[in-house]
Amino acid sequence: MDQGFELIDAAVTKLKRILEGKPEPAFGSHEYIENYTIVYNMCTQKPPDDLSQQLYDKYGGIFEDYDKHTMLPSIMEKHDEYMLRELSRMWDINKIMVRWLSHFFFYLDRYFITRRSLPSLTEVGMTCFRDHVYNNVHFNVKQVIIALIHKEREGQQVDSALLKNILDLFVQSGKGSMERYEDDFEKFFLQETASYYSRRSSSWILEDSCPEYMIKSEESLKKEKERVTHYLHSTTEPKLVEVVQTRLLVLVAKQLLEKESSGCSALLRDDKIDDLSRMYRLYHEIPKGLEPVAKAFRLHVTSEGNGLIKQAEDAATSGSVEEQVLVRKIIDLHDKYMAYVMDCFQNHTLFHKALKEAFEIFCNKKVAGSSSAELLATFCDNLFKKAGNDKSNDDSTIESTIDNVVKLLDYISDKDLFAEFYRKKQARRLLFGKFNDEHERSILTKLKGQFGGQFTSKMEGMVTDMQLAKDQQTGFEEHIKNGNTGKPKGVDFTVNVLTTGFWPSYKTSDLNLPLEMVNCIESFKAYYETKTKHRRLMWIYSLGICHLNGRFDPKPIELIVSTYQAAVLCAFNNTERLTYQELFEQLNLSHEDLVRVLHSLSCAKYKFLKKEPASKTISKTDSFEFNSKFTDKMRKCGESRYVPLPPVDDRKKVVEDVDKDRRYAIDASLVRIMKSRKVLPHQQLVSECVEQLSRMFKPDIKMIKKRIEDLISRDYLERDIENPNTFKYVA
Amino acid sequence: MPPRSASKPSKKRSNPDSVTSSATGPVPSAYSKKKASKEVDETDKLFDKYANASSGVIDPEGIEKLCSSLEVPHTDIRILMLAWRMKAERQGYFTKGEWRIGLKALKVDTIGKLKKALPELEKEVREPLNFRDFYAYAFQYCLTEDKQKFLDTETICQLLDMVLGSTFRAQVDYLIDYLKIQKDYKVISMDQWRGFCRFCNEISFPDMTNYNLELAWPSILDDFFEWLREKQA
Repeated sequence: MDQGFELIDAAVTKLKRILEGKPEPAFGSHEYIENYTIVYNMCTQKPPDDLSQQLYDKYGGIFEDYDKHTMLPSIMEKHDEYMLRELSRMWDINKIMVRWLSHFFFYLDRYFITRRSLPSLTEVGMTCFRDHVYNNVHFNVKQVIIALIHKEREGQQVDSALLKNILDLFVQSGKGSMERYEDDFEKFFLQETASYYSRRSSSWILEDSCPEYMIKSEESLKKEKERVTHYLHSTTEPKLVEVVQTRLLVLVAKQLLEKESSGCSALLRDDKIDDLSRMYRLYHEIPKGLEPVAKAFRLHVTSEGNGLIKQAEDAATSGSVEEQVLVRKIIDLHDKYMAYVMDCFQNHTLFHKALKEAFEIFCNKKVAGSSSAELLATFCDNLFKKAGNDKSNDDSTIESTIDNVVKLLDYISDKDLFAEFYRKKQARRLLFGKFNDEHERSILTKLKGQFGGQFTSKMEGMVTDMQLAKDQQTGFEEHIKNGNTGKPKGVDFTVNVLTTGFWPSYKTSDLNLPLEMVNCIESFKAYYETKTKHRRLMWIYSLGICHLNGRFDPKPIELIVSTYQAAVLCAFNNTERLTYQELFEQLNLSHEDLVRVLHSLSCAKYKFLKKEPASKTISKTDSFEFNSKFTDKMRKCGESRYVPLPPVDDRKKVVEDVDKDRRYAIDASLVRIMKSRKVLPHQQLVSECVEQLSRMFKPDIKMIKKRIEDLISRDYLERDIENPNTFKYVA
Repeated sequence: MPPRSASKPSKKRSNPDSVTSSATGPVPSAYSKKKASKEVDETDKLFDKYANASSGVIDPEGIEKLCSSLEVPHTDIRILMLAWRMKAERQGYFTKGEWRIGLKALKVDTIGKLKKALPELEKEVREPLNFRDFYAYAFQYCLTEDKQKFLDTETICQLLDMVLGSTFRAQVDYLIDYLKIQKDYKVISMDQWRGFCRFCNEISFPDMTNYNLELAWPSILDDFFEWLREKQA
């Protein structure tokens, strides 16, 4: 028995010598078996000779002894890196010792330990090391490690393998949990890191430009991540990254992004794509980190947009805005910043939203009295008018411009206002100019795709009408050729039949037409009746155009005039002179219209009539005479265009019409909502109504309130008596 | 014995025209019926005093006469309250049925008793639940045309003064000022009318600190509020 212990001691001593590097032959396999057998024998004695417990204790004792008396002192007498090395060496020795001795004492592991649920031999070895070595040195060790890391951050090399091994010891000392590593090392490491980067950031933010700072930050993050792979435990990575990001990027975000001449604004202005991409990359990692960047982006775009608006305002002369220029610039602005969103900002929704919000702000501003809706409609009008005349604007540019218009319209809140202006102008284009059917249809298709069929139904109807009118005209001419109706002699007559409801409403009058025209009207009416029953034709003379042959003394000239003007002129076919009063009675025009027409014929550019007295204004006592002496170098003259109302009046009418339609829309929406909800408090009703209508326009809250009251007095809704802030649907 | 109301002696005093003779009958039910019918007779006779003989209703002239009998100015709120009690439908006229209803509810059948009953009536009307009903009635009563839904602002001013003037003098004065000055509203609806009363009851005046523009107050009150705020500034 004692012999057994002696043999064991000898084996242990031999082992120690080997581990300490002293010259000693290695263990042969028979020695190995011998040692194992000794233990085996000592354990398999019948009690009370079973020495398992003593062996177990002895095993523990060996380690305790060695740790306390050999390992610890040798570590403690060293400093700095040397201490680390010694610790590392001891740790390695310990590991080997554990391995060998647990092989020797293996039999204990198999039966004694499991039977008594005791810690395994490996565990015992580790625990001893931890208790007697680690616990006494970890504080100093940690200081050394952190000092080394600091050195590395400052650019010096350190022994990664050493650090890795030491930190592994920390981890192992936790015996399954990361507690030791976290409490004895990581905590301090992170604190140190935080203050390190705080200092760095303070000095960099003052000295460096935004791009420079970002590059340094990116570098730092990269290095720290490398550090983790080299020797830190992987669980440290997220915490480390967070600390660094917070110090370098989050706490100084405002200062950084708003840096004069190099911050976000400046980068956007100067097209610094790389820097902006870097900014995105850096802040993307941080939760909510992109918000300040998106905000800076939005503010920048908004101010650019506002700048354009202001430019246009300043350049506007006498209330007329150069909308071609402005709209093109806004389109360009949109393309530019959308490119940023897609490129640098990786199509992130936060930036799409920022762009949208920015555009919504300045796209809804009025410019010199005109709303953006009107300007956009005018832009389209001019685009299509020019396209008819100017071949240099080819189809694909027109198409892409149309696409841009649709995009811009999305930002404008008063879409219904745009629709109304557009419709009015479209009507003029269709009736009075050459229009390109394809272009007209193309934009309507795109608008329909974006905003729904109801938005474009009237406009589409108008374009279709023109097509039908062409067919109709062909049919009419055939009809006449076939001698079906009295052919209007020597008069070429073209009719456009417009569907009421699609087209804007036009004033008309009961003009007394010259006989020739009356015949034309009658013959068309007869033809039309053969084609369709149950339809009433309302003739809008105010929109017609006539070509007359003016037999002037110098030379005959073709006059292109409006129907009203033609009626007046034709009155002179039978007499040389007519007074205002006679004309008034003969023609049956209102005074307002008659004055306007006579003025255009006698006081304006082309004086087809002579006026007595020859003043600049028409009075009811004037008389008129055919101006046989009239001449012009051209063969055709006249103001053929439909005399439009002055633009301001027109605008007022459009706004009024739209307001009226909005009232109906609000009513309908309110009733719809209440019908389905039955009972609803005021605030919710208002917000749902706004929501429903937002596709077309932004309703005025006061107007909604007034409509609610109107619906109450019309018995669609009632106020709840007990709760006057709630409304009930009246079935 | 059926309880006899104290009306008999007073009837004799203040209503010399009426012929009264109480019949003491052996059968109680017959008596009460007779009494009831006698009361009705009294009421009817009183009615006939003021009614227009040809139309069979009390017309505006009759009402004026009634008012002077009651010693009450004919624009006084108590006449309106009486009309309410009667559930009178047409402004300026009382039908026989309405008369009966009103006087029965007040338990009076002579002018003297009616006059005495007026303060009681007023107190009753001013009870919160009744007042709400009365207030709405006041508006309804002034609608003269069939299907009419609105009253012109001038009538409203008078009504406000009459109905709310005694309780909410300050508010009514300002409201009337405003209604006279503003140009947006030419007529007032029932909903707006109700709003005025609610305003006076709920909103502290003249500071109006608890008024909230975001609630469902009728727009006219929002405008009134803003107008007053501006004036106070």
